[in-house]
Amino acid sequence: MQLVTMRVFRGDASGGDFEDYTVEMDEGQVVLDVIHTVQATKAGDLAVRWNCKAGKCGSCSAEVNGKPRLMCMTRMSDLDTSWPISVAPIKTFPLIKDLVTDVSWNYEVAKKVPAFKPRAPGPDGHYRMQQEDIERGQEFRKCIECFLCQNVCHVIRDHPDNKEKFYGPRFFVRLAELEMHPLDTEDRTDLIREAGGIGLCNITKCCTEVCPESIHITDNAIIPLKERVADKYYDPFRWIFDRLRKK
Amino acid sequence: MAEYETHEYDVIVVGAGGAGLRAAIEASAQGAKTALICKSLLGKAHTVMAEGGIAAALGNVYSEDNWEVHFRDTMRGGKMLNNWRMAQLHAQEAPDRVYELEAWGALFDRTKDGRILQRAFGGHKYDRLAHVGDRTGLEMIRTLQQHAVHEGIDVYMECTVSRLLKDGDRISGAVAYWRESGKLLLFKAKAVVLATGGVGKAFKVTSNSWEYTGDGHSLAYWAGAELIDMEFVQFHPTGMVWPPSVRGILVTEGVRGEGGVLKNAEGTRFMFNYIPEFFRSETAETIEEADRWHSDKTGNKRTPDLLPRDEVARAINSEVKAGRGTEHGGVFLDIASRRTPEEIRKALPSMYHQFKTLADIDITEVPMEIGPTMHYIMGGMRVDADTGATTVPGLFGAGECTGGMHGANRLGGNSLSDLLVFGRRAGQGAAEYAKGLTSTPNTSETDVQSIATDMFGHFEREGAENPYTIQRELQETMHNLVGIIRTESELNEALVKLEEYKERARHTSVEGNQQYNPGWHLAMDLQSLLTVSEATARAALERTESRGGHTREDHPKTDPEWGKCNLAVRENDNGTMEIAKTPLPQMPPELAKYFEESH
Repeated sequence: MQLVTMRVFRGDASGGDFEDYTVEMDEGQVVLDVIHTVQATKAGDLAVRWNCKAGKCGSCSAEVNGKPRLMCMTRMSDLDTSWPISVAPIKTFPLIKDLVTDVSWNYEVAKKVPAFKPRAPGPDGHYRMQQEDIERGQEFRKCIECFLCQNVCHVIRDHPDNKEKFYGPRFFVRLAELEMHPLDTEDRTDLIREAGGIGLCNITKCCTEVCPESIHITDNAIIPLKERVADKYYDPFRWIFDRLRKK
Repeated sequence: MAEYETHEYDVIVVGAGGAGLRAAIEASAQGAKTALICKSLLGKAHTVMAEGGIAAALGNVYSEDNWEVHFRDTMRGGKMLNNWRMAQLHAQEAPDRVYELEAWGALFDRTKDGRILQRAFGGHKYDRLAHVGDRTGLEMIRTLQQHAVHEGIDVYMECTVSRLLKDGDRISGAVAYWRESGKLLLFKAKAVVLATGGVGKAFKVTSNSWEYTGDGHSLAYWAGAELIDMEFVQFHPTGMVWPPSVRGILVTEGVRGEGGVLKNAEGTRFMFNYIPEFFRSETAETIEEADRWHSDKTGNKRTPDLLPRDEVARAINSEVKAGRGTEHGGVFLDIASRRTPEEIRKALPSMYHQFKTLADIDITEVPMEIGPTMHYIMGGMRVDADTGATTVPGLFGAGECTGGMHGANRLGGNSLSDLLVFGRRAGQGAAEYAKGLTSTPNTSETDVQSIATDMFGHFEREGAENPYTIQRELQETMHNLVGIIRTESELNEALVKLEEYKERARHTSVEGNQQYNPGWHLAMDLQSLLTVSEATARAALERTESRGGHTREDHPKTDPEWGKCNLAVRENDNGTMEIAKTPLPQMPPELAKYFEESH
């Protein structure tokens, strides 16, 4: 058993500060384990979200030593425990208490994404799809909705007002998944450009770097969506074609 | 007087995993005003952890497969204690539910000709599990979640139901609290669907998340409903064992479905020594046949590595006890020597990632160290197979918190299909029941206030018991005394300890205030944890035989007489637990014929 000091943010919307808790740590533990030890022995009311403890549910996002991470997938042995380990709530969303933030904005955005609209199935009543045609979509559907990409996206991290006109990387991944779904028939290009505000993204790739599922958010989702928008709105041949067709 | 907000619905669904989501979608589609209430954020429920796949006889890989074969596998896997009607409906309807998910946007792995690919799993005769790599549960919950959102169902996230309310004999609503603020809510509802999952957090080594505290089981029990089969607890054979902090985290059966094998510390494929008589005629007896089976399921018998989970978990337990276990008390699960690194990473990406990140193990190079982990409870509310109705009017159930479907042991892959088939049926059953009521039942202010008094009482005590300590001790007790192998003396000892914990749980004190306070939440969850633990221990003591997920060292044989009855648990008028044998429903001859050759 080794002693370790966790410097945990305690507080709520009205304010707060970091508090140090020194606890015992067991072999192979992750940050979430040690937070649980703090909770069980030193601070029973320490608020923290978690479910699966295996990197599959995306509940325990926090900023560990300033880096946005899943606490369940961050091993203590990868951190320098000769210093206190700081654990803070993710910054982009309003604080509820301690390590728990109000991520309801994401659930509101989810409602605005137009639903999947499949084409009719084949003559036998079933769909046929080739594996290579669904692999891109499967990459996007690995998303565990930890919202770390939303947290680090400086379009909203530095400018909270942009939440009104920008959906954020999580929902560009969702939109890309729908747009590239072999069965989907809906066109969401206008939404991606307008309400989704994809133009605000200047592809700094912060979202990609932080994704615990290693989804290539920028390269595989955002850039292709930007290209679709560009093709529709800024392609001169298409513009002329559309004008002529309207007449 | 506690204050509260009031909401009125036709149907409220408690729990937003696969069963709850599917139930809410169905109730809403039937025109019922529906609310979905969940303890966590939407999309985080334990269904997300399901890895291997959804069992459904689509016949895409082996055209010989059909619902009858699936039905037979399920009943035999459950040691014939299943509710036959549930097993029948499940096998018949699972394919439609899978295709429905696809029409709602799910992207399953494909066969070469573009259909849904299916993989092998324990106890299933043919490759039957529709899957997405090893993250099928995530695909399922996300598909249902997105579909539900667009149906316009009201979702109450991070909201815990404390007690159900009744008007006379029938359900009239529920009292809940917001986890964020600790504030009370009153739901007035014509019907309630409980879909709260399992009880894993009563055990020390479990694959289950914090939410699995037996809420639905207990809410139903306190409301007068009957629970059945509570002695049957599934220990999944393959949980991680090292390092200690990850002990219990699930390793999918898909590893064995994809060709992985179990070996003891001496390198022996020991499962060949544990083939029970019941499965001998369908299990390979040589390594050669077992290996051929992976590529040809019709000409060969199944590898004993993929016997039903109860058999494999007991075998591992015996190997370790006999001193042939690994350094950390497990056995080896080896896929590294059986498949190429590319194949492994492709078929089992999250297992690869999980071991790499949490244990510094590259599963494409070395075997995994694994051991049994508490995974699932077969027992739960007694429900009507067709409608999900419990024994209390207006109360319905679906998924893990119900009993009957899986008998004494659940086959892998049958859970996700169970959630879909019976989630839909319970949603439909509840909506129809609600439609049939001419008036909304009444809720009583006295009831609400008395529940509130209990809930907030924890703040009024000081320096009393720490809820975390009680939970830890409870987990030790259940693990050591009500675990894989049970005996009369240990079960009696467990019951004595449970009484002690119940007393201590009445005197917990919590620090802080009502705002997002996990210590307070746990103090309340302890009541349901203790209720389900007692039900399991009592039923386990009563059933003096071994069958499926219930093994008695002092009664090692399966007794045909016990095969004719379920044990039913309910609350007496004086508030104590009563247990009774009830006859197992007998299947009609047209179904019984499937089992004739095996008798």
